Amino acid sequence: MTPRQRRIALVVGILGGVSLAALLATRAFQDNVMFFFDPSQVAAGAAPLDKRFRLGGMVRPGTVARTAGSLDMQFVVTDFQRDVPVRYSGVVPDLFRENQGVVAHGKLGRDGIFVADEILAKHDENYMPPEVARAIKEKHGGVMPVNPDIRSGPRT
Amino acid sequence: MIPELGHFVLVLALAAAIAQAFFGLAGPALGRQAWIEVTRPAVIAQFVLVSLSLAALVYAFVQNDFSVEYVAANSNTALPVGYRIAAVWGAHEGSLLLWAWILVAWTLAVALLSRNLPPEFAARVLGVLGLIAIGFLLFTLATSNPFARLDPPAPDGRDLNPLLQDPALAAHPPLLYAGYVGLSVAFAFACAAMIEGRFDAAWARWARPWTTVAWAMLTVGIALGSWWAYYELGWGGYWFWDPVENASFMPWLVATALIHSLAVTEKRGLFKSWTLLLAILGFSLSLLGTFLVRSGVLVSVHSFAADPARGLFILAFLVIIIGGALALYAWRAPLLRSEAGFELTARESFLLFNNILLIVAAAAVFAGTMAPLISDALGLGTLSVGRQYYDPVFLLPTLPLLAFAAVGLHSGWKKGRLGQRKREIIGTLVLGVLIAVALVLGAWEGAKVLTPVGFALGAWLLLSAFVDPIDRWRRKLSLTPAILGMALAHASLGAFVISITAVESYTVERDLALAIGESGKVGNFEYRLVSLEGQEGPNYDALRGEIIVTEGGRQVAVLHPEKRNYWVQQQQMTEAGIDMHLTRDVFAALGEDLGAGRWSVRAQVRPLINYVWLAALLMAIGGIIAACDRRYRKGAEETP
Repeated sequence: MTPRQRRIALVVGILGGVSLAALLATRAFQDNVMFFFDPSQVAAGAAPLDKRFRLGGMVRPGTVARTAGSLDMQFVVTDFQRDVPVRYSGVVPDLFRENQGVVAHGKLGRDGIFVADEILAKHDENYMPPEVARAIKEKHGGVMPVNPDIRSGPRT
Repeated sequence: MIPELGHFVLVLALAAAIAQAFFGLAGPALGRQAWIEVTRPAVIAQFVLVSLSLAALVYAFVQNDFSVEYVAANSNTALPVGYRIAAVWGAHEGSLLLWAWILVAWTLAVALLSRNLPPEFAARVLGVLGLIAIGFLLFTLATSNPFARLDPPAPDGRDLNPLLQDPALAAHPPLLYAGYVGLSVAFAFACAAMIEGRFDAAWARWARPWTTVAWAMLTVGIALGSWWAYYELGWGGYWFWDPVENASFMPWLVATALIHSLAVTEKRGLFKSWTLLLAILGFSLSLLGTFLVRSGVLVSVHSFAADPARGLFILAFLVIIIGGALALYAWRAPLLRSEAGFELTARESFLLFNNILLIVAAAAVFAGTMAPLISDALGLGTLSVGRQYYDPVFLLPTLPLLAFAAVGLHSGWKKGRLGQRKREIIGTLVLGVLIAVALVLGAWEGAKVLTPVGFALGAWLLLSAFVDPIDRWRRKLSLTPAILGMALAHASLGAFVISITAVESYTVERDLALAIGESGKVGNFEYRLVSLEGQEGPNYDALRGEIIVTEGGRQVAVLHPEKRNYWVQQQQMTEAGIDMHLTRDVFAALGEDLGAGRWSVRAQVRPLINYVWLAALLMAIGGIIAACDRRYRKGAEETP
């Protein structure tokens, strides 16, 4: 090959590779991105039924129930306007507590129960997942509902 | 008094940085010899001043000076002294001071070790580093003063986050920062070369050891963080594609591309523009990482501190640095000419593929990390990107990358001469495939589709790395540190791939509900909960379990997972029980009281996982060895 042909081959190869990669990345992206919904959105039917998504809110006090001695549990995620019951089986994080912010990954069943396969409660006790904090604030005119047990906002 | 002094010397350090930047850049531009000569003393002054400032903060922590807000927020009288020192970088303000100190330490190293460079060039490098120091010192002083007083003083501190009370995590930020900031040196060399319009092989040779050492530190820093997440967070894996992990991984990918592209620029005078752009990109991604971590825009385990003003400052700084460097590049680009050609099978080609694939991988990670931010900013909804996206998108460019590396290691500069090495290439490939087959059939159960591919590529690369050193040794040619370091780094990458393949393919994990005396099965392993007892530590009390793990009736491990409750922050912490072994880790973490006498237990067995971090460490050591090559210590006038 002449240097010119070689350069053209190289450029074509690179462009081809990059566009293939971009195409595949876009597809992977569309298939695997998870959206966030709060309980009000779920109640309004905005959340999909067949796709995994992130549900965020507070764990409503007095709703955490377990079958004694088993890993199965239920609790209610709330944004203080609407509630979504959640079912989960497994070990929950250290900071999973009533009246704390929580994000659950999973699917919404036709019975309206969210079946979680992963529970995230971040590891700082004052930590509130920002998306949860915002979702709740928006519903209360920009302020967090007054509740001595809910400490929102970042640690400094 | 001491905190005020610390604050004051930090202001003086800013003045020294301004002097360093001004004299370093203006001196060579105006041809003033005296100005050039004053640059080095300015660096030394800045180093002494920032060191004093850092020492003042350490002193405040050791003395439990809770009249300092930052100390009160991050320390406690019950905290052991070692962790009081580590608490200096336990949160935002102190991390920034540490960052500034590491930057000036790198600058000092450049100042002291660059005496064989032309004085004008060295002064320009130091000047650019001075500009960066100005940015960071201003940032610290304006938005994040660690010496701010608390009035009245707190009776006791709020304590260091218990998660950070760990030896690996005490060392993780300094090393990671050393890597991040080290990329600023490569950036400064690139800027100095552009200002001077000097694009010969020499500048690449000068920049190479610095870039390699920075890369090595970044490697160790990331590995330490990953190890910490493994045993301290109790998540049990080595990588989670957490946005902040990505923030450190993107500069690493670009730095890896950069050290390879610098090799081509030095040896063959090619890829000049590309190398310059990579140097700019690498440091920009370091800054972006800081922005992502420190502004709190990301939902992440690391987002402790969120402050829009800080984010805005870093963003502005980022724009100035990237914009300035790219403008410089645009101005100088017409001077860049590469004459030499090379064959498609030459080493240059393989390094070109290396660079393209690494950048594609970095771009994929970047897209995943930024997509949630962009989607949120545009009001398209709050989304998150997880491993379902990252895993395939990252493997796509990196699997061919490994194959290219395995072949490329055999190729020569300019002319590939792969024909002469056909025997070695095919030999190592066949041997690699045989090893993969043996591992898939013999070692564990439950291989996946990519398992043999991963094993074969890893083994192929591992073996290929040794071919050239052995060949040289046989022919009694010199084995330079550069060659040995390169062989070690690439062999480690092969080992890394093998271990990751094993972990991803053969990990068994299950959540169990166990009462004392009960046992549960996890793969072929049986976990039996023997006891649960209360215990007390220096600043926490704990519930300690004993779990005996057996495989086929034979006892393989006794684990002691703990559930700790730290007194000051009243924070619960899981301390996993891990039996580390060269062939596998047996892991257990205590969950919670399930009622009816049962506790939840997270049980995992991961084969070969320790090699993930060991290989990363060896890779870094390979880099350090290569950077010690005598070639780099030659003066400006000698040509290789």
